[in-house]
Amino acid sequence: MIVHKKDNVATALYDLVVGDRVTLMGPGKPGVITASQPIPFGHKIALIAIAKDEAIVKYGEVIGRATQRITPGIHVHIHNVESLRGRGDVPE
Amino acid sequence: MLSGYSRTNGEMGARNHVAIIPTAGCVNDFIRKIEQNVPGTVPILHHQGCAQLKPDLEQVTQILIGLGINPNVAAVLVVSLGCESIVPQDVVDGITSSGKPVALLSLQEEGGYTKALRKGIDVASRMCVEANAQERKSFSLEDLVLGIKCGASDTTSGLVANPVIGVVVDRVIDAGGTVIFGETTEIIGAEHILAKRAVNQRVAKRVYEVVERMEAKAKALGVDMRGSQPTGGNIRGGLTSIEEKSLGAIVKGGSRPLQGVLEYGERPTGKGLYFMDSPGMEIVYLTGPAAGGVQALLFSTGLGAPQGFPLYPVVKVCGNERTGNHLAEHIDVDVSPVLRGEETLEEAGNRLFTELVQVVSGKKTKAETLGFDSTVDIYTWGSFI
Repeated sequence: MIVHKKDNVATALYDLVVGDRVTLMGPGKPGVITASQPIPFGHKIALIAIAKDEAIVKYGEVIGRATQRITPGIHVHIHNVESLRGRGDVPE
Repeated sequence: MLSGYSRTNGEMGARNHVAIIPTAGCVNDFIRKIEQNVPGTVPILHHQGCAQLKPDLEQVTQILIGLGINPNVAAVLVVSLGCESIVPQDVVDGITSSGKPVALLSLQEEGGYTKALRKGIDVASRMCVEANAQERKSFSLEDLVLGIKCGASDTTSGLVANPVIGVVVDRVIDAGGTVIFGETTEIIGAEHILAKRAVNQRVAKRVYEVVERMEAKAKALGVDMRGSQPTGGNIRGGLTSIEEKSLGAIVKGGSRPLQGVLEYGERPTGKGLYFMDSPGMEIVYLTGPAAGGVQALLFSTGLGAPQGFPLYPVVKVCGNERTGNHLAEHIDVDVSPVLRGEETLEEAGNRLFTELVQVVSGKKTKAETLGFDSTVDIYTWGSFI
């Protein structure tokens, strides 16, 4: 499911296995995406290629930054995204 | 539309509790004995009241007064140890100002457990008899102060449970009611969206101020707050960052203008939508709106949060089909049909609204039925010293 038309990720509404070609639900004519990695229910799948340090967009807003290059269809989560807020570990 | 107990100050009670409020956690075991001997009393088993810095003693005092004043409370027995830092008479005076019956008992003054218990049972029983004689009267949505929260969230929270709550929130506000939402940590990353809905610049500024204050707290120990917020459970459920969690969280606040930003435990000065500065942690969060006058609360959960609150009913709303089935005894309203396309958001909103009206008017929630509603504590600025 895609929440907003600006989003570059969608959320899996059921567990996806590699090769699953799913029809997207969301605003406008969202189309299809093929999972190139397993995506658990509730987790995000990349809709397009996202460069390192580029913004991850969901709800039409920035939810974090890619820590590595992201290709369409892969699992997008804490292993390749970092948050920009609440970072007591990073100097101002 | 609603049926509730009428307080002397005209406010509506969704419940009619005789509360036992300790002024220090040291007497909690004692007040549990009163509760066991007088069915129908509700102990507030917080752990605060002593060896805390002045601002926290003041905060705790105000919260205890707020809990006593809550319209769901018929009468209050305040129990003191006798040597705590909080001044019990301050709490008594504060609650008395609402017009409801208040009594004070001190364990040390009475001479220990056995003597104090006899007196406590006597006072509490008389309060219960009086409360049980009261009958519900008619009220309208204008008399409702509704709380909302999300807890044990996963991605379905932001996709369906929170939007459904948002539908009900808009409806309550349009009918002249009041809604309090909070969890300052969970608007980090979405505060600009909330600030835009503020009725004036001052309120918008307050939104940014409370977020900055909470984020500073999160950064104070020099670590990345991920894993704490979002929690491990949130992360397993698919939420990657606090921004993502917040964007899904604010949806439960509906779309109406933000009238004001309250401090933790503060009462709104008018009707409409208010934001209360508070942490996301369930156990201390729920106490804030209680002191703010909330009579019932809608709580969205993805992974299944079971707890309620001693003084008001907590309605659990879930958009995760698996949780709705697996943990059905803790979920009041399952809105997962929306995700399956079997129901629209509005239809689910109507279902939830109907449930809310019934719960306010007397229907017990799952948490109330299971008795899963005794855990409570109070948010403070500092630690114990």
